[in-house]
Amino acid sequence: MSEYPLRENAAEQLRTLSGKSFEEITTEAVAAGELTGEDLRTHGDTLRQQAAIARAGGYPQLAANLLRAAELTEVPNDELLKIYELLRPERAAYDDLLKLAQHLEGSYRATENAAMLREAARVYRERGLLRR
Amino acid sequence: MERSKRFDLLAKRDINKETFVEPWPEAGLIVADSPYDPRPSIEIESGRVVAMDGRRRADFDALDLFIVSHALDLNIAEEAMALPSPEYARMLADINVPREEIARLIAGCSPAKLTDIVRHMNVLEMMMALAKMRVRRTPANQAHVTNWREHPALLAADAAEAARRGFAEVETTVRVARFAPFNALAILVGTQTGRGGVLTQCSVEEALGLRLAMKGLTSYAETLSVYGTELTFTDGDDTPWSKAFLASAYASRGVKIRFTSGTGSEALMGRAEQKSMLYLEARCLLVVKGAGSQGVQNGSISCIALPEALPGGVRAVLAENLLASMLGLEVASGNDALASHSSIRKTAKLMTQFIPGTDFIFSGYSAIPKRDNLFGGGNFDAEDFDDYNVLQRDMQIDGGVRPIGEDEALMIRRKAACAIQAVYRELKLPPITDAEVDAATVAHSSDDMPERELLPDLEAADAFLASDADFLTVIRALRNCGFSDVADNILEMGRQRIAGDYLQPSAIFDDDFKVLSAINDGNDYTGPGSGYRPAGRRWREMQAIPQAKSPEGFVDPHVGAPLARLVELGPAAKGRQNEVVLALGPAFGCALRRTIGGLDHEDVLKAILSGIASEGLVARIVRVYHSSDCAAIGYVGARLSGSGIGIGLQSRGTTVIHQHHLAPLNNLELFPQSPSLTLETYERIGSNAARYALGLATVPVAVKIDNGARLRLIVKTALLHRRETDAVDAQKPPQELRFAWEPDT
Repeated sequence: MSEYPLRENAAEQLRTLSGKSFEEITTEAVAAGELTGEDLRTHGDTLRQQAAIARAGGYPQLAANLLRAAELTEVPNDELLKIYELLRPERAAYDDLLKLAQHLEGSYRATENAAMLREAARVYRERGLLRR
Repeated sequence: MERSKRFDLLAKRDINKETFVEPWPEAGLIVADSPYDPRPSIEIESGRVVAMDGRRRADFDALDLFIVSHALDLNIAEEAMALPSPEYARMLADINVPREEIARLIAGCSPAKLTDIVRHMNVLEMMMALAKMRVRRTPANQAHVTNWREHPALLAADAAEAARRGFAEVETTVRVARFAPFNALAILVGTQTGRGGVLTQCSVEEALGLRLAMKGLTSYAETLSVYGTELTFTDGDDTPWSKAFLASAYASRGVKIRFTSGTGSEALMGRAEQKSMLYLEARCLLVVKGAGSQGVQNGSISCIALPEALPGGVRAVLAENLLASMLGLEVASGNDALASHSSIRKTAKLMTQFIPGTDFIFSGYSAIPKRDNLFGGGNFDAEDFDDYNVLQRDMQIDGGVRPIGEDEALMIRRKAACAIQAVYRELKLPPITDAEVDAATVAHSSDDMPERELLPDLEAADAFLASDADFLTVIRALRNCGFSDVADNILEMGRQRIAGDYLQPSAIFDDDFKVLSAINDGNDYTGPGSGYRPAGRRWREMQAIPQAKSPEGFVDPHVGAPLARLVELGPAAKGRQNEVVLALGPAFGCALRRTIGGLDHEDVLKAILSGIASEGLVARIVRVYHSSDCAAIGYVGARLSGSGIGIGLQSRGTTVIHQHHLAPLNNLELFPQSPSLTLETYERIGSNAARYALGLATVPVAVKIDNGARLRLIVKTALLHRRETDAVDAQKPPQELRFAWEPDT
């Protein structure tokens, strides 16, 4: 874990989701309108690195969450909100959740999230949490 | 009916405004050990849990299914479940067992097992265990900043002050939900004006909260609530899977999250299923851990009054904090919602988190007066700041807060109010006037703020949320208006979001904007000499409350030029006439000139001599050099007196009437409460001494009792006595004095 914190020890390797380096993130660039909110999004690889740090530190569940988060970095805001809504009780049919899992896998290679969705589908069916 | 005056008074005490009830397990009104709580058990077949806590897999509810799938380490579960609970309890309380060893086994414990372990621990053992199991080495604190007017300048000013006061996180919320983006904005600008690196959140509905985070207006989210039964969970319109997804969604945007749970919520929602609050909380915590949350806000939170209505409630709340720490979760340990009317009770409860230290001792110390707290919080509020700082100083315990002076507070509040004013101006939001900035600078509460027009503000808030405006827009606005340091801090929050270091367990930023988390600041407490202790700069800062004075100036008002009328003649001899000898302390009228009550020594002498003269007796004055002790001084006076009656008078005003045949520490009358003594009293002391010398029946002088005097004046008492003692000359015999003054007779 010698790299942690990445901000101090590995800043030169860090990239934003849009590929910007830390050096490019300056108030001057913000003032000049050269950066957008998208340029300040976290990159999935960074979250994977943090996941590895969490796992090595003895926090496997947090690590799993950070891996799912890494997959979601590329999913647009609106879509995230829609998935969340669908996962709430009695919102989705069994097939809705399976389709969503397939979509996440197909479009974003989000296999961990897809697995969570499939598990949710099974449990929701068993426990009466699907749309009635 | 007869009424005891004492019981009548007790009935009116704050503690008796509380509700106390007897346990009722069937209604979930039991903090621990419900007869319906399951016994711990686990059965694993080919890597799959087939039964847990007495329930077969077919009967598992959604929480059980989530827990066995995500929270339990099945590689260790059988070993962990087999170890007897008292053994765990002993390991937890034993400083020689490091936290890693316990955490490894706890990872395999079921909810009933966790509950069973803490059953064996008393409050003191739990506090020891919490000090060890807490995730982050350095304790911290979180503030609530809200106001019922939802005034942006006041929010920014209060957030800035909270940041200066040392809070590592600041949480706001809304009265009107549509204000959310503006409140989040004000808190962001305010905190980053006060201190770069303070994490902020706005507690609102989950989806809205995520949108605010996506705009970069907040850096953490805390109110991902979980509940201990399936029906309460779904009543909260979530499932463990939806909450886990939300956790990942936040993390994908570089936002720290913490779940919320706490005893009592299930009973309050009528769905406790006859289980104890603590058992249900253990289930919550395993869901929290399974979802991959780095931490939890627990400790009953908004339901706190419910466990506190029941026997063992405060112990159970400590137990739930401990359970979370045992599971490796960052704990923001409650103490937020109003828990008691009694300041004794609320402080005693606080000590169970304050003394061991938690990751955040409060999950919302109300940095505003409680009437402005929109969380139902304010158990400790802005009006308790000085008390809290003194508690830290008293116990040398880091409660995550620092004392600040009025000048610093005013300076930073004005700057924050001006900064948010500038942002509103640049973003063409409804203007914040200079008068509003002025008011926010000096305000204590909403009551001190001018009213704003609600409708234009709400419409602007809607438009702001719908627009593309985000934290970069805010940075530009601040930079354009000369607040480039604030802009830099907000941009650095953005960079930190990209690095993601603060997604690790229990992360905060220190004064240098450096991340501290379980990874680089893990708790290493293993007893004396280890773990976190406030020292160096931090301990000096904690000591430096603005009220603390230099002790050197304390006696200045009591010092003056020696009394010119008091002249030393030579060694004092024993008198042969009927007289009273007035014996003075070594510094009386020389090094010191006033009593602790502020009476001039000359006036005191005159009063006593007048009293003696009023009975027709003469007095001699001597100075005692070999002792500064009141009894010793008075005793010398009595021994030198022709009548055997002497008065001893210390410089601070403490007086004794002594008689030569009494033991040195005995007396006829003693007046230890010198601050209460008036010139009239001194005159009566003189007259009583004379009456004793004349052998007359004498009524002792009545002095009012003021037990607060010692409390107020003890430092001064000590320092005045030190001056007196400095004047002691052990070799020099008592000296006869002449006081050039004659009483009217």
